[in-house]
Amino acid sequence: MIHVLLIVFIITLFYMAIANRLMTYIKVLALQGVLLFFVVFIQLNEINTLNLVLIMLETIVFKSLAVPIFLGYLLKRNNITREAEPFLPNFVSLVITTFIVVITILISNTIKDDHLDKIFFVVALSTLFFGLYLIATRRKIITHVMGYMVIENGVFVLSLAIGNEMPMLVNLGIMLDIFASVLILGIFLNKIGDVFKDVDVDQLSNLKDY
Amino acid sequence: MIGVYLLGMFAIAIILFFSRNKWLVYSLMGLFLVLQSLFTIYACLHFGNTELTYFTFDALGIILLVTLSIIAIPAVLHSYIYIENHRENSEARAIYMTSMVLLITAIGAGYLSNHIAVTWIFTEITTLSASALIYHHRNKLALEGTWKYVFICAISITFIFIGILFLSLSLQHAGSDDLSFRNLLAKSDQLNPLWLRMAFLFIFTGFTAKLGLVPMFTAGIDAKDKAPAPAGALFATVLMNLGFVGIFRFYIVLANTPLLHWAQLVVGSAAFLSLFVSTVYMLKVKNIKRMFAYSGIEHMGIVMLGVAAGGIGYYAAVLHIILHAFVKSSLFFQYNQLYRVFQNKSIYHIGNYFKYNTTGAMVLLLGFISATAMPPSGLFVSEFLIFKSMFDANQIVLLIAVLLLLTMIIWAFGKNIFKVLFVPAVGFDDSAVEKISPWESLSQFILLATAVYLGLNPPAIFVQLLKESVSLLPM
Repeated sequence: MIHVLLIVFIITLFYMAIANRLMTYIKVLALQGVLLFFVVFIQLNEINTLNLVLIMLETIVFKSLAVPIFLGYLLKRNNITREAEPFLPNFVSLVITTFIVVITILISNTIKDDHLDKIFFVVALSTLFFGLYLIATRRKIITHVMGYMVIENGVFVLSLAIGNEMPMLVNLGIMLDIFASVLILGIFLNKIGDVFKDVDVDQLSNLKDY
Repeated sequence: MIGVYLLGMFAIAIILFFSRNKWLVYSLMGLFLVLQSLFTIYACLHFGNTELTYFTFDALGIILLVTLSIIAIPAVLHSYIYIENHRENSEARAIYMTSMVLLITAIGAGYLSNHIAVTWIFTEITTLSASALIYHHRNKLALEGTWKYVFICAISITFIFIGILFLSLSLQHAGSDDLSFRNLLAKSDQLNPLWLRMAFLFIFTGFTAKLGLVPMFTAGIDAKDKAPAPAGALFATVLMNLGFVGIFRFYIVLANTPLLHWAQLVVGSAAFLSLFVSTVYMLKVKNIKRMFAYSGIEHMGIVMLGVAAGGIGYYAAVLHIILHAFVKSSLFFQYNQLYRVFQNKSIYHIGNYFKYNTTGAMVLLLGFISATAMPPSGLFVSEFLIFKSMFDANQIVLLIAVLLLLTMIIWAFGKNIFKVLFVPAVGFDDSAVEKISPWESLSQFILLATAVYLGLNPPAIFVQLLKESVSLLPM
């Protein structure tokens, strides 16, 4: 069951690579949050209430409700055009995403380690690289935030792959990280929407050395 | 005690955030400085103790904490001058001061933490508070700088977390899950090398955003440029030291494994590239504040070259970051007065500073001599020791390349500084130049003199602490 969920997770990456509209990206992000919740839920051996609440908060409430709603609000408020406007055609994106997944499978096959769950590792690494790829190839600033969210999801899967019981403090730290960075990113994105006409990265090149 | 300290700082920050009364804000800042100093003294008296499990008053932490507390005093003082000169509204003042308190507290706690995840959390808090400081002016350029800083730091922080995950994987092979530096060091011979390499790469890359090395140095430059100069002084010195602490403590673990040689290669190449990049930018930069920031990249490159060379280089590296903190912060504090005279930061439009503010011009001149490590600057000693360590490590070719780059940097730095000091700016109308009180430069003279004193005639206790902070490294 976990494997099915993880494969669906990989498929969402492919879907994201060829999606045209920003709303689709947001919906995929929400779906990824739900998928992550079920993966963790099934993987939990003993259900500790506090742990469950924390994970619920992190995945369902935050990843699939708060952030998508917030991003959708940003889209509307700043009148961002609904197209994603990638630098590369969708077909090339799809090929590159496939390439990323294949490469990570090859990499993880060279690693022999009993402490590591391979499928988790493949999903985590490909999500990570895909997030970086998404940031690099989309023109709008809001897609950078989405790319960052994808990377965060990848890190989440990676922490499951390692399967180590993280101390409470670290768990709280992750929460702080996600909450703070996304909110701050969002707030500044909002401000950028106020200051600049259209929210493109090309406009953020005024800081110069001379 | 550290719990009381953190809670106290947090309480001060909250009250500051909501206080709109000018004198309440400044008395709270005074209280903050008193608390910071008392805590530093307490930490010195309880040397070696561990509190709240995650904080240890060890040698490296103590030296850097003292440096932080010393620089915090002029930083608050100059923030006061800055805010009053700009006639900021009460809200901007409250947010600025709150972020300042949070930033300094988080940096101090990050120095003392003995657990890599705790260092990571405090690094994250510094990103948040720093972003509020960079955005202080609420204009287009400040927004751009803040956005870049927050975004790159968020990515770096994620990288550090990935590194920590790999590290815990590596530690599982040693049958343990305690990520404190002491435990890592104790288990260093059982760590899995593959995951340890991955962990080091990610953690190193992540912390370079704070330390200011290739590859993540870019965000820091924009931050130091757009933040008010007193905040920029903190970013360019003590915040960079936090990045150094993060890398250095983990490097100590790696140095006790067979991966030492590989780690030297990674750190050394990043350091050399940083030096190269900073040379390229220094040669063409025309914004004096950014020039100071690039000079910081150069110094961090030299520091990490010392770390990579080993031997006496470790000692010199720690000495260098401390002296650099004093020198660079004084240059940033002076920058504010420079800006008030010329209302411009482009070197084309400023010049003949000696005529308008003689004491300030002396600071700039002495700061230049110190930052380029000419004697009697204290940095001369540490840089000399770093070069010696490279010589000892048989890195002659690298050393020659580094010296060539440094020559170019000194030329570019000197050319710009002497233009600012002596050559009149074309078309500058000096009828309405603001008179700057010479007393405002006092703090900078003290900082520069401290750097000279610590470099040329270090007190025995200082040497002792430096030696102890590198004692865990194989010589």
